Amino acid sequence: MNIIGRPRRRVDGRAKVTGQTIFADDLMLPRTVHCKLLRSTLPHARIVRLDVSRAAAHPGVHLVLTGRDFPIPYGILPVSQDEHALAVDRVRFTGDPVAAVIARDELTAFEALDLVDVEYEPLRTFATPDESLAHDAPRIHEYGDRGNIHKLVSLAFGDVDAAFRAADRVFEDTFFYQGSTHLPIEQHAAVAARDPDGKLVLWSSTQTPHYVHRALAKALAMPAAHIRVIATPNGGGFGGKSDPFNHEIVVAKAALLLDRPVKICLTREEVFYCHRGRHPVLMKLRTGVTRDGAIVGMDVQTLLDGGAYGSYGVASTFYTGALQTVTYHIPAYRFQGCRVFTNKPPCGPKRGHGTPQTRFGQEIQLDKIAEALAIDPADLRLRIVEQPETLTANYLRVGTIGLEECIRRVTRAADWSARHRRLPYGRGVGLACSSYLSGAGLPIYWNDMPHSGVQLKLDRSGGVTAFCGATEIGQGSDDVLVACVAEVLGIDPLDVRAVTGDTDLTPVDLGSYSSRVTLMMGNAAIQAAERARDLLAEAASRKLGAPKARLVFADRRVFDTENPGVAMTFAEAVCAAEAAFGTIGTTGSYTPPRSAARFKGGGVGPSPAYSYSAAIVEAEVDPETGWIHVPRVWIAHDIGRALNPTLVRGQVEGSVYMALGEALMEEQTFRRLPARLSHALVHKFPSMLEYKSPTTLDMPEVFTELVEHPDPRGPFGAKEVGQGPLLPVMPAVANAVYDAIGVRIDEVPITPEKIVKALEAKAAGKPARYGPARFPDVPWPEALQVPPPWEGGDGTATNPARTPKAGQEVVRS
Amino acid sequence: MSTPTRTAIALTVNGEATDVAFAGYKTLLEVLREDLNLCGTKHGCELGECGACAVLLDGQPVLSCLVLGADCDGRSVTTVEGLAADGRLHPLQETFADLGAAQCGYCTPGFLVTAKALLDEHPHPTRDQVREALSGNLCRCTGYQQIFEAVEAAIEGIR
Repeated sequence: MNIIGRPRRRVDGRAKVTGQTIFADDLMLPRTVHCKLLRSTLPHARIVRLDVSRAAAHPGVHLVLTGRDFPIPYGILPVSQDEHALAVDRVRFTGDPVAAVIARDELTAFEALDLVDVEYEPLRTFATPDESLAHDAPRIHEYGDRGNIHKLVSLAFGDVDAAFRAADRVFEDTFFYQGSTHLPIEQHAAVAARDPDGKLVLWSSTQTPHYVHRALAKALAMPAAHIRVIATPNGGGFGGKSDPFNHEIVVAKAALLLDRPVKICLTREEVFYCHRGRHPVLMKLRTGVTRDGAIVGMDVQTLLDGGAYGSYGVASTFYTGALQTVTYHIPAYRFQGCRVFTNKPPCGPKRGHGTPQTRFGQEIQLDKIAEALAIDPADLRLRIVEQPETLTANYLRVGTIGLEECIRRVTRAADWSARHRRLPYGRGVGLACSSYLSGAGLPIYWNDMPHSGVQLKLDRSGGVTAFCGATEIGQGSDDVLVACVAEVLGIDPLDVRAVTGDTDLTPVDLGSYSSRVTLMMGNAAIQAAERARDLLAEAASRKLGAPKARLVFADRRVFDTENPGVAMTFAEAVCAAEAAFGTIGTTGSYTPPRSAARFKGGGVGPSPAYSYSAAIVEAEVDPETGWIHVPRVWIAHDIGRALNPTLVRGQVEGSVYMALGEALMEEQTFRRLPARLSHALVHKFPSMLEYKSPTTLDMPEVFTELVEHPDPRGPFGAKEVGQGPLLPVMPAVANAVYDAIGVRIDEVPITPEKIVKALEAKAAGKPARYGPARFPDVPWPEALQVPPPWEGGDGTATNPARTPKAGQEVVRS
Repeated sequence: MSTPTRTAIALTVNGEATDVAFAGYKTLLEVLREDLNLCGTKHGCELGECGACAVLLDGQPVLSCLVLGADCDGRSVTTVEGLAADGRLHPLQETFADLGAAQCGYCTPGFLVTAKALLDEHPHPTRDQVREALSGNLCRCTGYQQIFEAVEAAIEGIR
């Protein structure tokens, strides 16, 4: 291999260091007018009166839009079509857009927002999941499983209660994982215009142009064929640009009405309110084990604070319970998840999507179990690592598993056995593991089509253009596309031009989410390139008089391996093929393997391949102040194969960074304004100064180990790296704090105040921990019973799925 | 309706004498992006919190969202577009591109000019000096480590 596996400048590297990457707000089109959104000042209210006449009359204002202009709802999931581009008659969180002003410049639009007259009738505000569980009315939405419960999930794989009765020990713990936001440095921005044919074009900082395309067609009631969505390179995504957004639909409508380009760029404060970030999750974990550490059963309950809209929330709920079985062997497993609506910005997918929260609890609980059983935490995990090529209790088909080697590599690098429980008071090390998907096995809307498509156009110059709907969000997807094509065709990466994320020009790729792009687009790219190589080899074979099977493509040449002098250039091979077969263009596509799960809810969790990570964090904790410092992190990641090790390392280190932010400081939290003001529920600190995120001064040294055993399902053996390495870090920090000072912090962020409180509790003879005390009553429905494979199950449930309605008898936990 | 008075200034931008007139309330960031079409300089907050808009003003790194355009008369501004010279990228640009210091690339212009100011003043900074100099620039992608390495690798290139 000449390209794959070698550290290399990414294909778009030059553009990024010269400032030539065109982000959405960098598009400057003639005659552009500018859009600003008026956002609700109350968290939950009926709109009694909305008068835009003064704003519309303001000089320089071209158009004012309200909810009346957007009667059709939309949403990312087919089951949660609960958003309107502008509020129709109700606002559901402080920041919900109510009206849009389009004016000659941003300042004028901003001035005119003050001239929109809105009268609200406040409704009861639901600030916490407890409040949403306690009161069914008023409902934040008229749909959902009951009252203000959006989604209830209850799944049982085998008899967990029987497993617990047979266990030597059953451990029960509650944990809380605070919400956090993506904080991409680029604020969301979009530009819409009619093209010269009158059709709609939207350029947007989106991770999912295909889904935005569908949402626009629906919300604007337009033929999708007359809408073109172009994803501009995202200035960071992390999941925060994966939903179709209000502002995208608003500028699209305005551009159609005004027939001139309309631009919007959100302020940083607005980005905090757009959110779609990490769900705050309260969880209860019960795990039964034998004396030697084997897990006999696990029972997980999660309660997700969803915020005001559905977003990806149904999927997020399932994800809180999906991947526990993928890391460790769990013969009996029960999962119950509940997502409630609250009057806060909607939560959605952030790096790790729904899995970091429960992973945090599971890995801390394993640390507690190891200590109680007097087994080293690394050794315990080595004993229970899931076997490769396994069908788990919840019917996830797991292929290669590099977790054992991850644990061995990271413990060796960190000199674990010499340090764990052996460092002086105030210093400690903690270990945790994880796994993640290499792409969701099912699309967001049900269909049988490929998840990723690649088209190649071969030019007589020897240049190749690769078209794919994949979206470059900084992770390097353009580089993966180009590298796969160039490797197969034996040309230089710079000979390949990537055209990506454009619904008019590129075949569908579902988007940059669920760590799916490298595996799915990569496989599609290889298939397209192999088909092109086959045509070229056929033509070259005839021309060179050498057998096709002996031809090799390398260094921009096609030659006979047994007689390297018999050769032609790659460009000559393209010409020969074009002469022989006509214009050379090929396609490739990728569809994930069929899932083994056939029960309701089994669509979340399956993936073509799972990545694995193990991390060791070193922590220094000052017992006087609770101040915590992380000087070093060791992390090993099972990548299958690193296509470009420079980019892979960047994803690992970036994950560690973002994980430390969540572990130590980042919080998306809310407060009530004083009663003499509106009493509204507002973001505590919607600014980059006060929403703390790690700076250069906070970042520890990170030692990255890549475990490379090619996975047969990945392109050149590659698995994902964008999200998995984040997951083990938060629990490893918590475990390191325990090793340092002997107190358990069972929630994130782990702050000095919490450490001091836990130390005070310990000194007072109370449990040496800080964390949630209880898990509330949730009206769980009867569990769907799915016998695991080893009990003769076939992936279907043995009882019908039921959803409880208010007043109906339900099983209380 | 706002009818802001226009301000006209003469300054040097990336070595070129430049005259520009703009609404008086505009920040240097807005003048660069909107009136001079130098979109390489980015914005992440427009409140001086993220460092994405950093440029060099008379050789010193400043946050262009906190500088009034009107205050730049007669001064010299260097943006990311001005780092390459004689058809060659600045060593920092080469190492940032080669070593993974730019992922999404949005914070990169701010990091590059800030790092250039550091190396102009301290040709051989320690890792701690690099950390300190870049502590006002936020990056959400890299975890900073590859940025540190790129700055250190550029020292060799400059020498």
